[in-house]
Amino acid sequence: MEIKLTVNGVTRSDEVEPRLLLIHYLRETLDLRAANIGCDTTSCGACTVLLDGESVKSCTVLAVQANGRSVTTAEGLVAADGTMSVVQQAFRENHGLQCGFCTPGMVMASTSLLAETPHPSEQQVREGLEGNFCRCTGYHNIVRSVLAAAEKLSGAAPSDGSDPVDAAEVIA
Amino acid sequence: MIPASFDYEVADSPEHAISLLAEHGEDAKLLAGGHSLLPMMKVRLAQPAVLVDIARVTELSGIRLEGDEVVIGATTRHADVAGSSLLQAEAPILAYAAAQVGDPQIRHRGTIGGSLAHADPAADLPMTLLALGGSVEISGPSGVRVVGADDFFVGPFESVLQPDELLTAVRVPRGGSVRWGYQKFVRRANDWAIVGVAVYDGRVALASMGGTPLRASATERALQSGASIEEAAALAAEGTSPGYDFHADADYRGHLARVLTRRALEGKTG
Repeated sequence: MEIKLTVNGVTRSDEVEPRLLLIHYLRETLDLRAANIGCDTTSCGACTVLLDGESVKSCTVLAVQANGRSVTTAEGLVAADGTMSVVQQAFRENHGLQCGFCTPGMVMASTSLLAETPHPSEQQVREGLEGNFCRCTGYHNIVRSVLAAAEKLSGAAPSDGSDPVDAAEVIA
Repeated sequence: MIPASFDYEVADSPEHAISLLAEHGEDAKLLAGGHSLLPMMKVRLAQPAVLVDIARVTELSGIRLEGDEVVIGATTRHADVAGSSLLQAEAPILAYAAAQVGDPQIRHRGTIGGSLAHADPAADLPMTLLALGGSVEISGPSGVRVVGADDFFVGPFESVLQPDELLTAVRVPRGGSVRWGYQKFVRRANDWAIVGVAVYDGRVALASMGGTPLRASATERALQSGASIEEAAALAAEGTSPGYDFHADADYRGHLARVLTRRALEGKTG
């Protein structure tokens, strides 16, 4: 069937088999390789992307379910001039990665988390990332990265309490 | 892992979904968030010939008051149930339980109707619906029926839903001031309950203590006859038939049921 969707701001139209998973569509049809296939069972979060601004595990979404919707991968967080998003930059500055396999998923889950909870406590960050595994066990620096991104984002765009902000603000 | 081939149909109304089910018979399965069905299809535990996507039917989603009940559309996602200020005020145990399902990504996709129809005896929402004494609305070729939680679950991953029927909505009583408690024992984040207990207004429901979510009937009867929380909780495992796996054997599950029931009766969450 033909699907039409927006991926990282670009309108795409492709003929896909209904059984094609979104992660395979992104990696193999579109050659976007940031999102990884880890467990392939909705557990590890390495395949996390944004669907209409919200984190989802793309190993458990059919490409046809994304028809007419907007998908963002870690590639889409980087500006045209190569500038990384605030969240990506915070992971870099706080050494929020070791081997790097879980990192694209961690960054996308964190981006979604900060859109929903702009001023998270450390506990909220840990619970908000419970769907993402780091098998290097580098969680402390990942949590520090997300808290640093939250602080930077709230400085850039003041928000009162936990009012949700537009995901686009966090992505930018 | 890639699912076996299937045809994909998008329903644009509940009636359309029901007519597609009638057309394709038992070979068809409904798809909402797909967070129970797609994992089963990937390991070929399920191989439907046709998927009928109901996630785009707007009237199946949303939360509203109706008399003394809150009505939640079947395709309302866990994240929307958990974040609903209406449910937080009128049925806080349901909002709390939805926030315990899986992880944020799963709650962005999974739906309340899907979770109930999947009828996993270890899951959060079946147990919670049972504690609430809620019901589900079911539409099929012969009309609409409402089934109470006590009659809905019939076995592991099995409910009274027929292959040609659509679960359209979930009904729970309004009760913002009713005393409730919730306990879910897991060893890992993002896991199913080794044992779960939901308590609402003297109704006590257990997860992972048998083939379906179960009422702790002996505990409920003891509470009605004036027993203390400790005395009543000691009876929580009576009449249950827990299984065993690498997390826990039946005796340990019985122990957990008694301890967690006491905590839930004390109004604790965790």
